[in-house]
Amino acid sequence: MAIAKKAIVWGLFAAGGTVTAFVVPALITLFLLVATGNVPDGLQFDQFHAFASSWLGKACLFIVLFLSVWHAAHRLRVVAHDFGIRKDALIASAVYTVAAIGTVLAAFYLLTIG
Amino acid sequence: MSRRPYIRPVSKTTWYMRNKRYKVYVLRELSSFLVAFYTFFTICALAILATDSAEKWDSFLASQQNTGMVVFHAVALLYFLFFQTFPWFKLAPKAMPVQVGENKLPDSFIIIGHYVAWVIVSAFIFWLAGVI
Amino acid sequence: MSTRIRDMELEIMRYDPEKDEAPWFQSYTVPCNEDWVILDAINYVKDNLDTTLAFRWSCHMMVCGSCGMMVNGEPSLTCKTFVRDLPDKVRIEPLENFPIERDLVVVLDDVMQKLHQVQPYIMRKDDPPAEDVEYNQTRGQLMKFKQLTMCINCMCCYAACPQYALNKDFIGPAALTLAHRYNLDNRDQGKSDRLNILADHDGVWDCSFVGACSEVCPKHVDPAAAIQQMKVDGAVEFWKQKMGIVGDKS
Ligand code: SF4
Ligand code: SF4
Ligand code: FES
Repeated sequence: MAIAKKAIVWGLFAAGGTVTAFVVPALITLFLLVATGNVPDGLQFDQFHAFASSWLGKACLFIVLFLSVWHAAHRLRVVAHDFGIRKDALIASAVYTVAAIGTVLAAFYLLTIG
Repeated sequence: MSRRPYIRPVSKTTWYMRNKRYKVYVLRELSSFLVAFYTFFTICALAILATDSAEKWDSFLASQQNTGMVVFHAVALLYFLFFQTFPWFKLAPKAMPVQVGENKLPDSFIIIGHYVAWVIVSAFIFWLAGVI
Repeated sequence: MSTRIRDMELEIMRYDPEKDEAPWFQSYTVPCNEDWVILDAINYVKDNLDTTLAFRWSCHMMVCGSCGMMVNGEPSLTCKTFVRDLPDKVRIEPLENFPIERDLVVVLDDVMQKLHQVQPYIMRKDDPPAEDVEYNQTRGQLMKFKQLTMCINCMCCYAACPQYALNKDFIGPAALTLAHRYNLDNRDQGKSDRLNILADHDGVWDCSFVGACSEVCPKHVDPAAAIQQMKVDGAVEFWKQKMGIVGDKS
């Protein structure tokens, strides 16, 4: 008997839950502003591009995206279980693969900018 | 006397309809779709930004400006607040109790601390984005 | 003190393993005193209306933990659930998620085994301890886990837990909470050993923090909180073991 590897994803889930709870409402509000046509200055090309080009900006965006994607992946695995889907190994590899791809894409695009 | 214990059936797919508590739980769990959606939405936005083309970015912003997206984001925001942010703050002190001296800090302290931090973080993001 | 009498209709689930294919409901009209708890009403049925009704109780004062039943769908300690808080029609069922032995009596073998499985006793590395050693505990150290010692094993939490309903291998709220009680005890040194069992499959990770167990617990033990704390401990212990710092008490 040993501690299951779930400890790793649970740690990411917990950190991601905290980060999303704090950050995502503000992010949705920004998208909402965009949708209403009042694009915030910070999301205009020049400013946002400059932000995503700075190392601090890259780091912030990456941490939020990395933790969110793993948080979502772990929760979707639980949701699948709750709705009666009992192929846990399959579901787990599917959601975590998507999370890994998301992580790589986020890193790739962030490194490309600037 | 013969034993023949009776096992009541439980539906694996609809068990959460049994009471209000379970329904609220399932609504809370479904907010994970929003986390997934907004994460990939943001990654897609970065992909467009990564083309280093102001025109593409502007047409992306333009494509977002319609009533459908307004309604979607507004509903998503409310759903997210009530089924992710607020529950998360409410449950946080349970996972991480704080003992000061001999006694445990009341949960309400930790919860209020979360709300204060949340207001500060949100204000910082809005400031960064030039909204305030 | 009110002594108002109110007629209540009790719909009680009946099951006789020798006669019945499946459980069914039998109705009794009971003239209830508003000061009664629902267990008094069930006892009234047994004493005056139907001697064949089987159910468990002992202390009538929230100590023995044997009178847990579903009252209108809510896992309840029937000696703590007052008639005055209930409507005129009340449905009484045996605790959910357990096999029914007869009427309101359920089979608890599974949770009894689980309570043993979590090693609910102080484990020491200096076993047997040197003579004349005292293991002191300050009030502050006791307050870390005192709330968790209030559990009376009524198993209302298991009846409320959807994850136990779906997977009977899940160790479940009261047993995990009992383990956490010993993990938090400063005299204990068995936390690592316990986590190896309880943070493995069917342990803490199977809980999805529905929180139902804590809402129904008649003794305010808050098992859901204990389990989340064990998840944090399990995650920390995992990395400690991976990095070769096999943890003692921290
Ligand atoms: S934790 Fe609460 S509900 Fe569960 S067995 Fe103990 S006293 Fe009963
Ligand atoms: S918090 Fe965990 S143990 Fe308690 S009812 Fe929910 S799933 Fe079960
Ligand atoms: S009869 Fe003992 S706890 Fe209710």
